[in-house]
Amino acid sequence: MLEFAEGNRASIVTVENLVKRFGHFTALNDVNLTVAVGEKIVLCGPSGSGKSTLIRCINHIEKHDAGRIVVDGIELSDRMTDVNGVRREVGMVFQSFNLFPHLSVVENCMLAPMKVRGLSRTDAHERAIGLLRKVRIHDQANKYPGQLSGGQQQRVAIARALCMQPKIMLFDEPTSALDPEMVKEVLDTMVELAKDGMTMVCVTHEMGFAREIADRVVFMDRGSIVEEADPETFFRAPRTERARDFLGQIIH
Amino acid sequence: MVGLVLGTCLALVQHFEVPVLGKLVRGYVALMRSIPLILVLFWFFFLVPIVLGHLGGSGRPVPIGATWTAFITFGLFEAAYYSEIIRVGLRAVNRGQFEACQALALSTFDTYRAVILPQVLRVASPIILSQTIILFQDTSLVYVLSLTDLLGAASKLAQLNGRLVEMYLVIAVVYLAISSAASQCVASLRKRYAIAGLRR
Repeated sequence: MLEFAEGNRASIVTVENLVKRFGHFTALNDVNLTVAVGEKIVLCGPSGSGKSTLIRCINHIEKHDAGRIVVDGIELSDRMTDVNGVRREVGMVFQSFNLFPHLSVVENCMLAPMKVRGLSRTDAHERAIGLLRKVRIHDQANKYPGQLSGGQQQRVAIARALCMQPKIMLFDEPTSALDPEMVKEVLDTMVELAKDGMTMVCVTHEMGFAREIADRVVFMDRGSIVEEADPETFFRAPRTERARDFLGQIIH
Repeated sequence: MVGLVLGTCLALVQHFEVPVLGKLVRGYVALMRSIPLILVLFWFFFLVPIVLGHLGGSGRPVPIGATWTAFITFGLFEAAYYSEIIRVGLRAVNRGQFEACQALALSTFDTYRAVILPQVLRVASPIILSQTIILFQDTSLVYVLSLTDLLGAASKLAQLNGRLVEMYLVIAVVYLAISSAASQCVASLRKRYAIAGLRR
């Protein structure tokens, strides 16, 4: 199972025997995952399979119940004093964008670098504009999130996360809330980011995207990792029944 | 003003579910909201000097004066009402906003100051305003401490010159003018600070 993860590249995220429960419901059951520096992983699976929960555990937005998570050499636990030390290095993009509606696009991108990284207003502004240009939305920098389309908002959210210069980016179904015609502009941005060498873990059902950039596809069902393989193998010859069913449902 | 700041603090204490303090605050808010303002004014005027006297060890009441009593009482009383407004406003903020702040590693302080409270104050501003107008009208209750406010002054004048009806009409017009001016003022502020493209 681990043949892809155990290269000679250093790992940035290590998840061992992770368990997460919501009341009596076990959302994650004994999950193991290693992410190497520069690796791009696509997490897929039916809804309720625990993929979002898994990446939300990686930046400690969800607190896990058992097992170990080590991010950038720091172990996450309830007792840790500085969870923000980990979160600084982990960027996250949400399904529902979660931009700050009362701040302009550029202010959205400047807030955390100024408050958390201690950048001056000028430096933060320069960095924000640079990254907004990268996601091709700098001409909207002074607008407010409510004035933008969904695809534009999600690209701003990507720029906002990048402004913290994270070592790894987590994407939680970034295109699921978008109208079909806007999915491509967000995926193009993500492909570009991948080609720049960013380490990425993406929860997505966009299989074309997975084929294009993923080093490894991880398939989850009912809180466990059922199958992992490189995209070619996974799509051509899924080993498990459940993965075959899933692929049959999403690829028409 | 004091009431608004104190009320925001009280709301945050409840919002964070601070162990013992949260319950105390809830009790305080419930108590303040269930007794008439005029009673609170009396209590403060007569009881606080006695308590202060005991604390000071002299056993003699330490008078704090009617004006201070009025200020402190209004502050504490209004804090209870404002805290309810802010508490509801906090619950109206989308959970995603908190998660985005966590993901960006913002400290709790920065999260509330830069992201959450600005949104709460914008949503709650109409209710905060109407509470403030009520407060303004309630200031007439200070007559029980023999302080003279707008209404008190008018009624004294009326009794001096015997023109009761005219004086009370004039004073009603003054209250109306000030209150509606305040409403207008806030409406224009809202327009100016409205968030472009945000639908509520």
